[in-house]
Amino acid sequence: MENIIISLKNAIVDFDGEQILKNINLDIIDKQFVTLLGPSGCGKTTTLRIIGGFQQMKSGSLYFNNKDITKLPPHKRQVNTVFQKYALFPHLNIYDNIAFGLKIKRLSDKEIKSRVQQTLELVNLIGFEKRSVQSLSGGQQQRVAIARALVNRPKVLLLDEPLGALDLKLRKGMQIELKNIQQELEITFIYVTHDQEEALTMSDTVVVMNDGIIQQIGTPIDIYNEPKNAFVADFIGDSNIIDGIMRKDFLVDFAGNSFTCVDSGFEKDELVDVVIRPEDIKIVPQAQGKLTGVVESVIFKGVHYEMMVESSGYEWKIQSTLHENVGSLIGMNIEPMDIHIMHKMEDKL
Amino acid sequence: MKSKILSIPYIIWMIIFTVIPLGLVIFFAFTTQSGEFTFSNIVAMNDYLDVLFRSIEFSVIATIICLILGLPVSYLISRLARGKQGTMLMIVILPMWINFLLRTYAWMTLLEENGLINRFLGLFNVGPFNLINNSGAVILGMIYNYIPFMILPLYSVMTKIDESVVEAAQDLGCSGFHIITRIILPLSKQGISTGIITVFVPSVSTFIISRMLGGGTNDLIGDIIESQFLGNSYNPHLGSAMALVLMVIVILIMSLFNQFGSEEAVI
Amino acid sequence: MNKILSRTITSIVIAFLYIPILVLIVFSFNASKSRANFTGFSLRWYEKLFHNDAIMTALLNTIIIAIISSLLATVIGTAAAIGINKMKPITKATIMNVTYIPIINPEIITGVSLMLLFRAFTVYSNFEFGFVSLILAHITFNIPYIIYSIIPKLRQMNPNLVEAAEDLGCNARQAFFKITIPEIMPGVLSGFLMAITYSIDDFIVSYFNSGTTVETLPITIYSMTRKKVSPEINALSTIIFIVILAILIIRNILSNYKLRKEKQEYLTSRS
Repeated sequence: MENIIISLKNAIVDFDGEQILKNINLDIIDKQFVTLLGPSGCGKTTTLRIIGGFQQMKSGSLYFNNKDITKLPPHKRQVNTVFQKYALFPHLNIYDNIAFGLKIKRLSDKEIKSRVQQTLELVNLIGFEKRSVQSLSGGQQQRVAIARALVNRPKVLLLDEPLGALDLKLRKGMQIELKNIQQELEITFIYVTHDQEEALTMSDTVVVMNDGIIQQIGTPIDIYNEPKNAFVADFIGDSNIIDGIMRKDFLVDFAGNSFTCVDSGFEKDELVDVVIRPEDIKIVPQAQGKLTGVVESVIFKGVHYEMMVESSGYEWKIQSTLHENVGSLIGMNIEPMDIHIMHKMEDKL
Repeated sequence: MKSKILSIPYIIWMIIFTVIPLGLVIFFAFTTQSGEFTFSNIVAMNDYLDVLFRSIEFSVIATIICLILGLPVSYLISRLARGKQGTMLMIVILPMWINFLLRTYAWMTLLEENGLINRFLGLFNVGPFNLINNSGAVILGMIYNYIPFMILPLYSVMTKIDESVVEAAQDLGCSGFHIITRIILPLSKQGISTGIITVFVPSVSTFIISRMLGGGTNDLIGDIIESQFLGNSYNPHLGSAMALVLMVIVILIMSLFNQFGSEEAVI
Repeated sequence: MNKILSRTITSIVIAFLYIPILVLIVFSFNASKSRANFTGFSLRWYEKLFHNDAIMTALLNTIIIAIISSLLATVIGTAAAIGINKMKPITKATIMNVTYIPIINPEIITGVSLMLLFRAFTVYSNFEFGFVSLILAHITFNIPYIIYSIIPKLRQMNPNLVEAAEDLGCNARQAFFKITIPEIMPGVLSGFLMAITYSIDDFIVSYFNSGTTVETLPITIYSMTRKKVSPEINALSTIIFIVILAILIIRNILSNYKLRKEKQEYLTSRS
């Protein structure tokens, strides 16, 4: 049985009368890499700040190893945070920044020194001890921020969009490094990001949030392949979302055709969202296609071409390694298992 | 290249009205009435050492009290929401817009023997106390007039301290007291030294506050200088020597706080 | 705990700052001359104030001196700032340091040093203490505020702007008037306003350089406080306080309005 280290129950947060979190329930499993993913304003950072102790809830409670820590001030919690813009102390050098938490805990100088050294090694910053914060590049400051938190050996590390300020290449490198650190130290990471790719690459569990509500919790593969609703489908990767009607189990009508699908359990004739990934639409000669359409634009994206195709009143996004000329008529086929049926979002809210 | 010419009128102005007058102060300080070189004006300062030390003592006390009061006030303001910061700052600055003579006069009406405070205490059959014309009243006048000069620079550095830095400190185990000693104070150093200078300099050189609230028995160096130039004991040579000493004190204080020429020091 | 303590101290400091002013205001409406006994409501001190020729003349003098000296200081200071900005770092630092002297020097020293200069003028010419000496003195302590409020604007200015203007066909003079001046205008204006305020408020420098014929308002106030009992001062303080309060409140409302508008625009642009 997996051990739940942090549990958030019925969390509600208001800002100026606006509900930022609408009754969130979230269990974090120990030693996992958990990502809170969503667009800005979805409540992911607020959730993180509740766990860190910087945000009070209007109602709800927070448990750490089954102990209620709702009212515990931040400095008494066994979690540490890597802040969005690092929040390094500008008046202290790198060594003193990292040693800060240990000095507050009044550890012996010897202990502090060895732990700081260890951590510097972990984040590849040996030799930077005496440097000032201002003399470091963004990537290096990032490492210091991580080291400053990790040196305290927290049970849980909270990371608030820590790679947001870095350029793409550096970000990719740090993603791998962070994942390695997490596995090496065997502690829980709770990671906030709006970058779906980042979430999918690094996480054991992804929590997709929108509008102060958790939309879906699952492994990256689950989230990608079995999005629970159109929001998740749209937010995670590209999707075509089309109105459909569920005729009966395993049969759905959309775009003027009936398709066999693998979903069941909907009401008869229920209006549904049909989600199809752009890479799941196969281009075939016009006569062989179940749907036909006109190519409106083609963009070369490196690995594939991305085409916008007009068919039965919808704009379809298709990714394919084949190139079609603008204006040409094509046929399109979709495999039953690539058709994802979702309840309409309005019904859920 | 051509635009440098634009500053020539000012440079001439600066030389005539800033540099030469200061030169005159130095010249007068080291000459007799007939224009001969002398140290006697400087030596004569010996008679006024008690006044000099009193000026320094009063201003140091006033500066320290302003600092102690100013720190929590500025920190509180700097942590408010943006809009509220502006309002609170305005509340603190507003009295400064009233001429300091009027502000000091207001304290006269409060502190005098027949004044409001003594009348108020009289209701409880306490007093009257001798609240005015003593050293305490002069120091109070200094604090009252110059405490906004402490709060402003403190506020302007403190408001730049990112809340996430404070949160990071909490996250790493700092309680309230440690946040102040390890984060807020070190990051406010610049504001503290600017505040100290901007309170100390006008305090140590004042002659109005001491005259209005000190009652003639608590003369400061400013009063003595004033009386050498406009008062009964007209002697610009001695007055210049005193002004020179005052200037040296100010320069010492400023180099002590290492602020000379720093543009941030301007409010 | 900390919060309670700092709130208490803040409340005490604010009370400390305002109680004397409130007392002045209340007693400006006092029927009797007493500074401690409120005997009834009356406007007689306001009436007396407006019929006090000395005060009215001083007020007029103050305003004339403030406007003339601030305008001249703004012209000299703006030109100076633009020139200084183009100088080599060493020359620039030297001039800026000397410019800093009137700001940080105790006012009494600025006052007596200028007095020594003007006294020398009277010896070698028919120069007399009065309006001219006051205006010269005020310009001297006003210019630094102008320069220090314009230099940051010049430094923030994107150097490509002037180049872009020249690229689009402006000559140097046109670029200066069409680009540089509008860019630094906020700094010029705030410097001018600062100069006006310092000029109106100045007592110490004026005190040493006014001679016996011309009085500014602060000098008149000073001589009134020497007489111990003059309730017109209370009336005057009240008027000054209310005028300033009104100006600041209007300014605050305007900037709050701007803030709210910006926030709204931000929110609408996001959704």
